[in-house]
Amino acid sequence: MAQTTTEAKPAVTRNQAVGWLRQMLLIRRFEEQSAKLYQQQKIWGFCHLYSGQEAVAVGSIGVLREDDYVFTAYRDHGHAIARGMDPKAGMAEMLGKAPGCSKGKGGSMHFFDAEKGFMGGHAIVGSHIPLAAGVAFATKYKGGDQVTLCYFGDGAMDQGALHEAFNIASLWKLPVIYIVENNLMSMGTHLHRHSWTTELTLRGGPAYGMPGTRVDGNDIEEMARVTREAIRRARAGEGPSFIEAMTYRFRGHSMSDPMKYRSKEEADKAKEGDPIVLYESLLRDRGWIDEATLQEMHEKVKAEVEEAIEFAETAPEPSLDTLYQDITVAPYIPQE
Amino acid sequence: MAVLQYREALRQAMVEEMERDDRVFLMGEEVAEYNGAYKVSQGMLDQFGPKRIIDTPISENGFAGIGIGAAMVGLRPIVEFMTFSFSYVAFDQLVNNAANMRYMSGGQFSVPIVFRGNCGIAGSLGATHSHRPEALYAHIPGLTVVMPSTPADAKGLLKAAIRSDDPVIFIEHENLLGDKGEVPDDKDFVVPIGKADVKRPGNDVTLITYSRMLKVTLAAAEKLAEDGIDAEVIDLRSIRPLDLDTLVASVTKTHRAVIIEEDWPYCGVGAGISDRIMQVAFDELDAPIRRVTAKDTPIPYTRVLEAATLPDVAKIVAQVRDVLYR
Repeated sequence: MAQTTTEAKPAVTRNQAVGWLRQMLLIRRFEEQSAKLYQQQKIWGFCHLYSGQEAVAVGSIGVLREDDYVFTAYRDHGHAIARGMDPKAGMAEMLGKAPGCSKGKGGSMHFFDAEKGFMGGHAIVGSHIPLAAGVAFATKYKGGDQVTLCYFGDGAMDQGALHEAFNIASLWKLPVIYIVENNLMSMGTHLHRHSWTTELTLRGGPAYGMPGTRVDGNDIEEMARVTREAIRRARAGEGPSFIEAMTYRFRGHSMSDPMKYRSKEEADKAKEGDPIVLYESLLRDRGWIDEATLQEMHEKVKAEVEEAIEFAETAPEPSLDTLYQDITVAPYIPQE
Repeated sequence: MAVLQYREALRQAMVEEMERDDRVFLMGEEVAEYNGAYKVSQGMLDQFGPKRIIDTPISENGFAGIGIGAAMVGLRPIVEFMTFSFSYVAFDQLVNNAANMRYMSGGQFSVPIVFRGNCGIAGSLGATHSHRPEALYAHIPGLTVVMPSTPADAKGLLKAAIRSDDPVIFIEHENLLGDKGEVPDDKDFVVPIGKADVKRPGNDVTLITYSRMLKVTLAAAEKLAEDGIDAEVIDLRSIRPLDLDTLVASVTKTHRAVIIEEDWPYCGVGAGISDRIMQVAFDELDAPIRRVTAKDTPIPYTRVLEAATLPDVAKIVAQVRDVLYR
């Protein structure tokens, strides 16, 4: 694929671009309201927000087919919404309600949506990376041409599961695309303190016989372009790809993290690269969106998230008999 | 009925199920071109080809996870651990992903997979290669754990495990692989999961055991018979779910029980079974339940010390005499 700048030749149609902007806004609003609900103790446990990284998920999931698969780690709300999960189901999950996307049994870190090919939110760092290779293995076994996208943070680069899966994925030419969202932070440990090199493509791409492409993860159309090439390669049977998406996490690792480990200057500078601000500006410059449309979009997104919260707050709790449901397919016999 | 080795019965189960269902495949270290480190999969590569009999790198965490992912989208993998001692490298995959996937996805994804391989204090293999993992895995809601002790059970239980829609931890014993026994030829012969088997009926005491310890326990029962003690020997076959009904029926008859296991005592399978029996049948018991287990030590290399860790006929007889007060 020829190298083109997003300005010279947009990677998307106007409709798609406007849709992507709306999705990013929806994710941002969803996350900011989740933070409020967490502070109100309506969301419990661990809650990791995706604010600042939206372009990575939206730009890459945005170029998938409906029958493809998506895996991600515990910072999973954004990927789920980008894949088309109804925000109501996500919000109800976090409030622990029966119509939640995992029936209230998964929580923030374990969103699932089988119908959308959203294979989960996985909360042990690196643990889902072999699973994604397994889905890709099954695709190849069945003779299909679906691809599996698998996201994880830079912290997962240090897990053995990743390296075992990368080797096998490349050895068996599996149609899987690994995307590291390099937000420079492994929880509270800065990249230069947890990785021998700050260029993760050196550890995850050519080292395992697959292309490794570093991309500005805040540039949604660049994200889409690089992912498209990886998809082409996977569908053609040429094997896995590794994409290092440079991005930044606006919030702490989780809601309990005050982020004392990074400077205000670093955080302020990062906000200049806010993918939503950048894309709004780009679409304005192209004449694809005007102020009135943008204003309306913000309002509609706000209303959609309000509706999701209303839905979640009024939804029923799971009944106590569901405690023993969905443990096994065979009738479950508690060993009590 | 043909007479087969335990390993041949395992192979026959896999072959029959792979002929029956093309979603079933075998993956693991040395299963294909080497024909299996323990020759369980001998000849299967020739019959099914490299698409379905798959050699993996020595990456238990990686290939266990790949199996689970494949199962999430409808394949039915058999993942062989060369020995279950190596499954500890993949513990996260089995415990967090295989066992929890259905529950934490609200029933959207199931994991129809079999993890199989041998285990046990098999002979001077030392502390790292002599594990008995049953208590660890039986602890986990979502996993099924089975341990056959005879060639017929090996075949029938493995076929049931492959047909199960849930993750099954199928634990063979290294010292049983060469044992011979009659095995049904019927392609639909399955041993139901969750059903214990009375391997020797008796009236005076219930001996509860599984896997390789069945042989030692049966030998102990013969020794006891010489002294006029009529022991009933129950082979659990399924560790989880437990066939409590069969155990309680036996204890209700004999009023005494001894549990024999190759695993360590503390928090072991026998501890759990003893608790279950006492909860529902305490009044039937005329003596405390006794256990004969491996000694609570790492497993030593040298023969004399290794033998000292294991249950044997004398140790079983002593505990039986204790519960019979004679």
